[in-house]
Amino acid sequence: MKGILKIAFKLLVNDKGKFAALLMGITFAVFLMVMMTSIFSGVLRSASSVVINIGAKIWVMDPAVTTVANSIPMPDFVQDAVRSIDGVKFAVPLYSGAATLRLSNGVYQSVSILGLDDTSLLGRPELLQGNITDIFAENGFLVVKDSEINKLNDPHIGTTFELNEHRGVIVGIAKVTANGLFGMPTLYTTYNRAIQYIPNARFTTSYVLVEPKSPEAVQHIKDEVKKMGFIAVTNEEFRENISTYYKYKTGLGTNILIMTLISFIVGLSISGQTFYTFILENLDKFGALKAIGAKSRELIIMIVFQAGFTALTGYGLGVGLCTLMIGLAKIRLPNYASVVTFGNLGIAFIMVLIIAIFSSLIGVRKVLKIEPFDVFRG
Amino acid sequence: MTRSAISAHQLVKWFGEGDARTNAVKAASFEANFGEIFYLVGPSGSGKTTLLSMISGILKPESGNVTIDGTDIWALNKDELADFRLNRIGFVFQDYHLFPRLTTVENVAIPLILKQRDWDEAIYEALKYLEIVGLKDRAHLPPFKLSGGEQQRVAIARAIVSQPDILIFDEPTASLDGDTGKKIMSFIKDEILNENRCVLVVTHDSRIFEYADKIMKMEDGAVTAIENKSEVK
Repeated sequence: MKGILKIAFKLLVNDKGKFAALLMGITFAVFLMVMMTSIFSGVLRSASSVVINIGAKIWVMDPAVTTVANSIPMPDFVQDAVRSIDGVKFAVPLYSGAATLRLSNGVYQSVSILGLDDTSLLGRPELLQGNITDIFAENGFLVVKDSEINKLNDPHIGTTFELNEHRGVIVGIAKVTANGLFGMPTLYTTYNRAIQYIPNARFTTSYVLVEPKSPEAVQHIKDEVKKMGFIAVTNEEFRENISTYYKYKTGLGTNILIMTLISFIVGLSISGQTFYTFILENLDKFGALKAIGAKSRELIIMIVFQAGFTALTGYGLGVGLCTLMIGLAKIRLPNYASVVTFGNLGIAFIMVLIIAIFSSLIGVRKVLKIEPFDVFRG
Repeated sequence: MTRSAISAHQLVKWFGEGDARTNAVKAASFEANFGEIFYLVGPSGSGKTTLLSMISGILKPESGNVTIDGTDIWALNKDELADFRLNRIGFVFQDYHLFPRLTTVENVAIPLILKQRDWDEAIYEALKYLEIVGLKDRAHLPPFKLSGGEQQRVAIARAIVSQPDILIFDEPTASLDGDTGKKIMSFIKDEILNENRCVLVVTHDSRIFEYADKIMKMEDGAVTAIENKSEVK
């Protein structure tokens, strides 16, 4: 069998023009499919950045919340009520909102502000400079060092700004796992300072962050919170809810899906057509092989191998090209929202397999139809 | 002592449907022996290619049977028939049907590879047969870089590499000039034919009739005459 595969391999790669066209078609299709889905994954990851960075196990919120950005403040009693549920180890408030700073040069800049629980600082970021306890200092804020930090005029420890006629001072430079989606710098402060500095409605708690005593307690906590008219979701569920919102309620998912399908169809058309031409050109030779004594299953194996080899090589090249492009883009644009995930690779792989199966089928169909007698007849 | 290589008995083949139905071969019978070069001759459309296909196990006749060295080939199933062709019959097609993307030696090795022989072993064996046909120095060239006569010899090497006892040549001189055609036929007669091999040639090239031991003439699907060597002009 190895010999037959070697013949199939040589027939394929020695036809350099067609092999190159096949590879280009599949590589380009994979590149587009992975790129599209990676951009989408990047957007989804950025949209969930607060959830990822804070990292709380359970989030309690208003049922109407669709993304972190549109949090709906809850009454203060919710936090106390959650704390009293069996199975809750602790529950703390989180403030999440946006504000406009006035920088020292007089320029206004929108920022995202997270107010951490004053006693536990649950969800605090890792500090690159400064000391976490300085967040309790007068007017203390931490700034996240990401691609947006320069919008605050290259801040450092001691940099001051104005927030709703309150003075703010940078007391630490932090780093986080995921960058935000909306291109705004992120500041961390304490919960009480956040609700004091930023104008609010009567209710101030954006989320209640819960640590369950055990994994088994999660469902009970969810049920109890539901009875209160709110919802409790795990970190993964919250991210999934945000993802679902962007996928199905913003049109973004549909657009990406359409572009991915178009890439798939382009790849399918190019490789299907080229592979069909390749088979047609060798059809008489396959007929001759049949006459000599090759069995149909051996010819099928040859064709499936050729289609599979081309598809997998094109897949590898496409993924490589995509990774290279994303890497290069991130050098220039550090906040470039594109992430290659196993899910993206899996989707592209399945689509490439479909391309390979389709190409094989049209080739196999043609080769099975050719009769050795046709070779004699010319 | 002659030994029967191919025995065809009352072979009939029809093509088409309804009014277009044509009797391509009409009850053709003949016998070819080992050690013979047997010609099937006749004008275009006389049914010789159809008859050749039925004899070689690639086109099933409507009726009649073909026995090769005692085996009724049309009693075999599809896979057995493919194996029979691979092991017992060598083909040289009119257009050679060499793979242009493989080297000459790889083309010759194909029947051995189909017989599941190891690649290196098959290539080594194929080189020996290329030497027999005088093309060892062209072993690593693609077939399209060879002349028509050389391609013909490569096709012969491919046909004989698995040492079949029946060799079938379809219009072997059709694309060759007279001298090259004669050289090829004399090579077949002197180097390829032996007492354990029967060579069947379909041709309408009268310039090579002198190499035949028997000539069977066909017209409109029917065998009109079978002449022995002494009668061949």
